[in-house]
Amino acid sequence: MEDASQLAIESRVAEQHRHHSVATFFWVWGTLLVLTAVEVYLGYQNMEPKRMLTILMGLSLVKATLIIGYFMHMKYEVSRMKWLTMTSLVFCLAMMMVFFPDAFRILSLGAQ
Amino acid sequence: MAEAALPHNVAGVDTSAIYEPSLFGTYSKKIGMWLFLLSDSLTFGALLYAYSYGRISISNWPTPFHSTSIVNATIMTGFLLTSSLTMVLGVRAAARGDDKGRLLFLLATMACGVGFIILHAKEWSHLIDEGLRLPIFPAVPGQETASEFVNVSKTVPQFAATFFGLTGMHMLHVTLGVVYLGVIALRRKFIPILFALWLVAWLATPAYSPFHYGAHVLLIAALVCSLILWLKPKVYDAADVEVAGLYWHFVDLVWMFIFPLVYIMSTKIV
Repeated sequence: MEDASQLAIESRVAEQHRHHSVATFFWVWGTLLVLTAVEVYLGYQNMEPKRMLTILMGLSLVKATLIIGYFMHMKYEVSRMKWLTMTSLVFCLAMMMVFFPDAFRILSLGAQ
Repeated sequence: MAEAALPHNVAGVDTSAIYEPSLFGTYSKKIGMWLFLLSDSLTFGALLYAYSYGRISISNWPTPFHSTSIVNATIMTGFLLTSSLTMVLGVRAAARGDDKGRLLFLLATMACGVGFIILHAKEWSHLIDEGLRLPIFPAVPGQETASEFVNVSKTVPQFAATFFGLTGMHMLHVTLGVVYLGVIALRRKFIPILFALWLVAWLATPAYSPFHYGAHVLLIAALVCSLILWLKPKVYDAADVEVAGLYWHFVDLVWMFIFPLVYIMSTKIV
């Protein structure tokens, strides 16, 4: 059974959601669609792969920020929630990049 | 600022002597879902890094996606983005106590999710028919050795392994997301629908298709959901809808990285 404090927090969060503007959500949705269209356009530009990857990942990060911030309501959470969750996630994902130098080493060896 | 956002005297009950204030200033179900999503991010992160590792280290990495595949994947992206919009509107409707709006938006979200799965299955079937396959996939009867991707599976097996691993894991998440939303929206009424979907998916797919066996995910989901709804029947409230929404948006978020990295970066320009 849920205790009173949990129910009170839930009702406070629901109260916040009641005041969110529908127009904001439509703007975010439209921006995400436009960014997707830009990505598809870039796919047909025969660009140098490293440059294209940089632009595409930049656009993906913008899209991820919009989804997390507005659709997942992270923008409206307390700062402790934002910082603890996002910094730990970014740190862990960044640590995985340790494998990439090895991938470039294999490429330079010419191994198939 | 969590303490300021969460007074000890809430709903007329002084909880300060019993509970510490929430570290994240929100309710425990939501924190639980965020922790799950953070751990799931690492799963997808590992799969995306594995794909990228192969992409960098193998000089003859295939670029198999013709414009039909790109158009297909773009429509799939549109479905997911639209489903995120309907989901957030469903969360808002639930918070406002609008039960009809909540139900309609949840069903719209599920419809977009099903559209995504169908298009994705179509894309997979096309690639498998052209010879891109994993060794565990049953042999396609009458498949010609001259099919477009037969050599790709032999010379760069990492492509099929990472492509099917990454997109298959995502498709599984979308499928379970649709089931999750179905339970939140329709509760027990969703169980017979789920069994019917399983039967359709199982019987309508040919025996050599991976979806013929993959359809059993729906059967397992139906059994697990039946058990949950039997053990703990409840009316799902606005908080439950919001937590389900977090999961759904996460599925959308992951696709925002899969789409450019896997599809756009492997476009076949002719």
